[in-house]
Amino acid sequence: MKQDNAMTTPFVDQYDGLKPALPGHALPWMTALRDRALDSFAEAGLPTQRRESWKYTNLRGLKQLELTEQALTPQPISIDRAPSLLPDGSAYRVVFVNGGFRSDLSDLAGLPEGVTLGSVAELAESQPQRVEALLAAHRDTNDQPLVALNTAFMRDGLLLQLEAGRKLDKTLEVIHVNSAENGVFAHNARNLISLATGSEATILEHHIGLNGAAYYINAANDVTLAEGATLRHYRIQAEGENAVHTSTMNGQLAGGSFYDGFTLSIGAGLSRNETSMKLTAAGARCHLNGGYLMRDKQHCDTTTVVDHLSPQTSCREVFKGVLDDRSRGVFQGRIVVHPQAQQTDGHQLNKVLLLTDTAEINAKPELEIYADDVKCSHGCSAGEVDHDALFYLRSRGLSEDSAKALLIQAFLAESVSEISDEALHDVFLNKISDWLAI
Amino acid sequence: MAATVETVDQVRALADDKYKYGFVTDIEADTAPKGLDESTVRFISAKKEEPEWLLEWRLKAYRQWLTMPEPEWAKVDFPPIDYQDAYYFSAPKTTEAPKSLDEVDPELLRTYEKLGIPLREQEMLAGVAVDAVFDSVSVATTFRHKLAEKGVIFCSISEAIKDYPDLVKKYLGSVVPYGDNKHACLNSAVFTDGSFVYIPKGVRCPMELSTYFRINAANTGQFERTLIIADEGSYVSYLEGCTAPMRDENQLHAAVVELIVLDDAEIKYSTVQNWYPGDENGVGGIYNFVTKRGACRGKNSKISWTQVETGSAVTWKYPSCILQGDNSVGEFYSIAITNNMQQADTGTKMIHLGKNTTSRIIAKGISAGKSQSTYRGLVRMGAKAKGARNYTQCDSLLIGDKCGAHTVPYIESRNSSAQIEHEATTSKISEDQLFYCRQRGIGEEDAVALVVNGFCREVLQQLPMEFAVEAQKLVGISLEGSVG
Repeated sequence: MKQDNAMTTPFVDQYDGLKPALPGHALPWMTALRDRALDSFAEAGLPTQRRESWKYTNLRGLKQLELTEQALTPQPISIDRAPSLLPDGSAYRVVFVNGGFRSDLSDLAGLPEGVTLGSVAELAESQPQRVEALLAAHRDTNDQPLVALNTAFMRDGLLLQLEAGRKLDKTLEVIHVNSAENGVFAHNARNLISLATGSEATILEHHIGLNGAAYYINAANDVTLAEGATLRHYRIQAEGENAVHTSTMNGQLAGGSFYDGFTLSIGAGLSRNETSMKLTAAGARCHLNGGYLMRDKQHCDTTTVVDHLSPQTSCREVFKGVLDDRSRGVFQGRIVVHPQAQQTDGHQLNKVLLLTDTAEINAKPELEIYADDVKCSHGCSAGEVDHDALFYLRSRGLSEDSAKALLIQAFLAESVSEISDEALHDVFLNKISDWLAI
Repeated sequence: MAATVETVDQVRALADDKYKYGFVTDIEADTAPKGLDESTVRFISAKKEEPEWLLEWRLKAYRQWLTMPEPEWAKVDFPPIDYQDAYYFSAPKTTEAPKSLDEVDPELLRTYEKLGIPLREQEMLAGVAVDAVFDSVSVATTFRHKLAEKGVIFCSISEAIKDYPDLVKKYLGSVVPYGDNKHACLNSAVFTDGSFVYIPKGVRCPMELSTYFRINAANTGQFERTLIIADEGSYVSYLEGCTAPMRDENQLHAAVVELIVLDDAEIKYSTVQNWYPGDENGVGGIYNFVTKRGACRGKNSKISWTQVETGSAVTWKYPSCILQGDNSVGEFYSIAITNNMQQADTGTKMIHLGKNTTSRIIAKGISAGKSQSTYRGLVRMGAKAKGARNYTQCDSLLIGDKCGAHTVPYIESRNSSAQIEHEATTSKISEDQLFYCRQRGIGEEDAVALVVNGFCREVLQQLPMEFAVEAQKLVGISLEGSVG
C-alpha cells in the first residue's frame, strides 16, 4: 500500500528520541511491544484514502500540526476543577488533563473490593504484570495502523479491571480535558478495560476541548468482557473545534456478555470513532449506538465492524446523524457473520438529516455473511427534515427554527432511547439540546 | 501458423510506416496469433477496415491498459489472467464442432429440454455445425425490413463504423471512456463485434430487439461492444443473451455496453446471462467482466436495467445510470444466482446529477453450494440533484451453510433535498415454506425453485414476457443439486 510519508515520518523519526521518556521504559516487554508496534506502523503508514476503510476520511489535516518532539510530550495545563456532568458523590471520577492522570481532580473514594481502577501509566510502574496481561489480550493490530501508533507512543489512560462477580456500584465518570493553550500537542491515550465473569460496570466518558487551538488525540481502547459480564459504555466526544480525534476500540465479548455502547459526537474538526467487536461465544450481545451532530466544516467518521464468530450472537446498531453547514458525516458499518456463526441476529440502522445543501453524508453499511441460518439487515436513509411535520408545527405557531430544532431533537431521541441505563438519558438529551440551542 | 506470423509482421511493418497516411491493407489471414501487443490491435483494426480515428482510439486504450492495475476490490478470487495466452481475433476452434446433437453432452441437452428450446435452436446453441440457413435467419431478415421502415438502425458495430461513422464517433466511449477500468480498457483496444442501435426521434421501436435475431450474431466473440442511442422521444427494449447455456471456448469475456438516452426517451435493457459456470469443483467456467453504463442525457429520460445472472464462474458487473437530465429515471432490477463454486460481484451505480431524478434498485441474490454472491452498489446524490430520490432494496437468500452473501452499498449524498432509502436483508430459505410445499407432494428441488421464484418475482416481472417464462425455469435449473 502506497503511503503518505509526510504524515508518517514525524512520528517514526521521533520515536527513538522519545522512547526513554515513555511510561514503562524500564520494562523490557513494554519496550519490545512498542518497537514492534512502531515497525508495524512504519510499514503500514498513517492511513490514507487509498485504504478502503479510510475511503471517506482524510487525515491530511494532521500535516498542519507541527508534531515536534515537544508536541509529542503533552504538557499539563492548570485547572482546578474538572467539568463534571454528574453530581458530586454520585459517581466515581477519573480525570485526565492533556492525557495525564490527575489524582487531585479524581474521586475514587469507596471503591469496592475486587476493583482495580486508575491510571495505566501509574499501574505500569506499580503492577506491571497486570498491565502486561491486559495489553496482551489484544494483539492483532495489522490492519489498524492507528492502534500500532498508539501502542508505540501510549502514555496514559484508564485502567479498569473487575474481578469475577464484582459490580461497580456507581457510574464511573471518565473526563478527558484537553487544551492546546501551551502549544500544539499529540497524545496517544490507551484505555484498558477488562471485566471478569459476571461483573458489571457503567462508564460515562467525556472528552472536552477547552479552547480552539489544534491538537491531536489518538485513543485506543481494549475491552474484554468475560462470560456474563456487562459493560455499559457511554461517550461524549466534545473536543475543541480544531482538534483531530481518532479513537479505535477493540472488544472481545465472551459467552453471555453484553456491551452496551453509545457515542455522541459533537466536537473536533475531524473525528473518527472506530469500533471493532468480536463476539466469540454463544449469547454475546453488542449494542453500538450513537449520534453525531456536526456543523461548520466538521468531519465525523463512525466506523464499526462486528465479527460474529460463534453461533447465537447478536448485535444491534442505531446511529443518527445531523449535518449542518458544510459538515461531513461518514458512516461505515460492517457486520461479518463467520461460517460457524449460525443463528446470528444482526441489525443496523443509520439515518441522517442533512440541514443544508453543502453538508455531505457518505455511508457504507456492509453485510458479509458466510452462514445461512441468520437474520441480518441494515437500513440507511438520508434526507431533510420532513416538510409535513414542519408544517404541522408551524401551523401551531412555532417559529421555523424552533420547529426544526424540535424535530431534530425527536429524531435523535430515538437513538438515545437505546441507552440501557435510563438514568443517563438526560445527560445526552441535554447535550443535544445545548447543541440545538433550545 | 508461420504464414500468419509472417502476415502479422508485414502488417506491423506496414502499420508503423504507412498506416498514419490512411493506408489500409487487405489481409488474407483470418486469425491473429495468440497474445496481445500493439500489432494485435492494429491487426484487428486493419482487418475490420476501420477509419484511422478508431485505430488511434484503440491504441490509446491499449497503451493505457498496459499501465492499469487489475481491479482487486471485488469480492472474487481467481488466478491471475494470462492475457498473452488468448486469441483476440477469430480464435481458431480448439476442438472439432460436434456433427450432430448425438455428440453433444447429454447434460446440456437435458437442460435445453427443460427450458423447452426447439430442436433447431438447440443445435445452434450447442454449436453443432449446421447449414448457415436456419429459421431464425429468415426471421431476422423480415425483422430488418420492418425496422428499416421505421428508420431504426440495428446492425453490428462493425457495420455501423462503416455506415454511420458520425454517430459512432460522436457516442462511442462517451459513456464508458476507454480508460474507465482495466477490463473496459481492454475491450476498447480489441473489441471485435457487438451491436449498434439507433432509434430516431419520436420512434417507438416496433419490436423487442435481441442480439439473438441479428444476423452474424451467433459468434459475437468475447469482447463485445454495444452502443445504443435513443434519440428524443423514442423507446426501445433490448434483450441480450439467452437462457440456454452457451457453448463458448473463450474463458475471458470483457464486454462494454453504452446507452445514451436523450430527452423523453427510454431504453429498457434486459440481460439473461448463463455462460458456462464451471464444474462442481470450480474448474473451468467463464470470467464475465462487463462494464455497462447508460447516460440519461436528456430531460425525462429513462434507463431500466434488468438482469438475470445465473452463469459464469466469476461475474464482475455493475450496470449503471448517470442521471444527468432533469427528471430522468434510472432503474436496476437484478437476480444473481450462484451455485457450486461460482462467484458473483454485481450491483449498480446511480449517479444523480440532475434535478428531481429518481432511481430504484431491486437486487436479489441467491447463493447455494459453496458460492459467494456480493451486491456492490453506489448511490450518489450530486450537489445540484435537488429533489432527487432513491430507493434501494437488496435481499439475499442463502441455501446451504457453505455459501456466502454479502452486501456492500455505498451511499453518498451532498444534497439535503435528496432522499435516499436503503434496505438490505439476508436470510436463509424458509423451512416452513419448503415444508408446506413438500407436504403437498411437491418434490424438494421443485419446492426450492418455487420459493426462490417467489423471492425473485419483483425482478422477473420486469423481464419481457418471452424471457420471463424461460427465466423462471432457469432459476430452478440453476439451483439443481443445491439441496438434499
